[in-house]
Amino acid sequence: MTTPHLQIDANQASSRGALTELIQETTALTRRLFVQLKRRPSTLIAGVLQPLIWLILFGALFSKAPEGLLPGGMSYGRFLGAGVIVFTAFSGALNAGLPVMFDREFGFLNRLLVAPLRSRSSIVFASVIYITTLSLVQSLAIMFTAALLGYGWPGAGGLLLVLFTLLLLVFAVTALSLGLAFALPGHIELIAVIFVANLPLLFASTALAPLSFMPVWMGWLAALNPLTFAIEPIRAAYAGPLDLSVVLLDAPYGPVTGQTCLLVLTVLTVGLFLLIRPLLNRKLS
Amino acid sequence: MSLIVLDHLEKSYGTIPALRDLSLQVPEGCLYGLLGPNGAGKTTTLRILATLLAPDLGHVRIAGLDGLKDQREIRRLIGYVAQEVAIDKILTGRELLVLQGDLYHLRPKQRNQRIDELIEMLGMDPWIDRRCGTYSGGMRRRLDLAAGLLHRPQLLILDEPTVGLDIESRAVIWNVLRDLRDQGTTVLLSTHYLEEVEALADRMAIIDAGAVIAEGTPNDLKKRLGGDRVTLRVREFSNEQEAETIRDLLEPLDGIQNIVINRSQGHSLNLVVDGEQVLPRLRLCLEEAGLPVFALAQSRPSLDDVYLQATGRTLMDAELAIAGQRDPKQERKQAMR
Repeated sequence: MTTPHLQIDANQASSRGALTELIQETTALTRRLFVQLKRRPSTLIAGVLQPLIWLILFGALFSKAPEGLLPGGMSYGRFLGAGVIVFTAFSGALNAGLPVMFDREFGFLNRLLVAPLRSRSSIVFASVIYITTLSLVQSLAIMFTAALLGYGWPGAGGLLLVLFTLLLLVFAVTALSLGLAFALPGHIELIAVIFVANLPLLFASTALAPLSFMPVWMGWLAALNPLTFAIEPIRAAYAGPLDLSVVLLDAPYGPVTGQTCLLVLTVLTVGLFLLIRPLLNRKLS
Repeated sequence: MSLIVLDHLEKSYGTIPALRDLSLQVPEGCLYGLLGPNGAGKTTTLRILATLLAPDLGHVRIAGLDGLKDQREIRRLIGYVAQEVAIDKILTGRELLVLQGDLYHLRPKQRNQRIDELIEMLGMDPWIDRRCGTYSGGMRRRLDLAAGLLHRPQLLILDEPTVGLDIESRAVIWNVLRDLRDQGTTVLLSTHYLEEVEALADRMAIIDAGAVIAEGTPNDLKKRLGGDRVTLRVREFSNEQEAETIRDLLEPLDGIQNIVINRSQGHSLNLVVDGEQVLPRLRLCLEEAGLPVFALAQSRPSLDDVYLQATGRTLMDAELAIAGQRDPKQERKQAMR
């Protein structure tokens, strides 16, 4: 039996380079997510509205708290600001898996899997790019509001630190969310996990109150919470001149400098991506 | 020259067997039909061909390429139109086609030209720029077909392409498929509609319970049955005992090739006979035995007869029997990746 003659068609652009193809498919998938957002902006709006309400209400709630209660003598509004910014980015990134889950359920993922993608990682890249952009935009919106409310604005160097920290956190949480999207059987289960994880993680961190306010057991939780490692550097960036070697957190297990915070976040991000890699390979190959 | 070679495929979803020992060859440039009831293994076979699934055992070769090792090359050659249309409700049809074009790495100019071509070919112009969520079933199906044809595949695979469609949409799709075959594309479709296979297929295979049980051109399969069909009902609804008695009575008659009891149609008898002289002989025999005749009809063999001969029941009854056993939730899970 002879091999049938393969028709090489001008349209079958097999002559394009690997990188060109990868960029083309990633751009197309990312574009789709943004078009969805443009036509259904509720995700964007809800993602900003909720933290905004937290910022305004919580800030007002403790506005008459005695001065000097908080470390460094800062106002509660400024203290809270960092917490809400991180919360915004975290919540946004936690939802990264939802579009993927829907695609799994409604067969759209199968359409992607039948296509001759240069690499199925482009599906992951598109999600990461989309969620990162969305989370950062939402966080910037909160930062502007915080500034308007008089809670301050980080300096130029501080701003870079804030964005970098948020980026690390968003990457880590996106990896987690994508992993859940492929591991769980349906969107109902995914939404349930997101719902349950969201608020407890916020409360068991230094977003709303410093470690010194907490009982010992809670202090431990907060000092091990990834959110805390994002919040403290950002709080420091708002506080004044940048110095990452300063101790930002007096954890029950020892002092934690700004550098350590960033290191922990980096390790977490890399670790989570490595963790979900076998799962993604199994599902996408 | 076989474009597709399937060799002793086996596949189970967990403990549920889907393909038992499926072997098939599809020649290049052929419009090939897979006929069988739902649950026979057609969708599983097509998913394996579309590289969505790997078989547990057996080999797949498409255009000489290995089904497991050369997956990306295979994906460039094939277009797949799944049973359930997977569209994004919030995109417009055109946007979906643009996305598809990018996933297949078409250059933008060629992509857009090709999209316009397909819009015209499938009559999609009035609604292509509306959101997919507003489309009717027929529109979605046409869009899905366009998406599968965008990159001019050498092989087009369709899973039940006209299920639930109105007559007009079905006719449009049939014409498109015939044109494709005329232009050299190999088309493989699965269906549980006899008239679809009859109208379209150059060659066909009957699939039942995960294996191919008959293969050839529709005419060959019918000729292979030989003889005419006679359906005999002594009363509207008979029983096993009476049917067996009558069968034993009639079998030795001249010109009777074979008698099958059709249990799902009131235990009527389906006889294969030589020519028209047999009917009067039948009537005489029944009269002499004192048996009434409720209905007696003769016809040339049809695909339904081919199916009945091969599986022991009609296609419709096979579907009904399986319908009760199928679990839509289970099937959703099988389709989900």
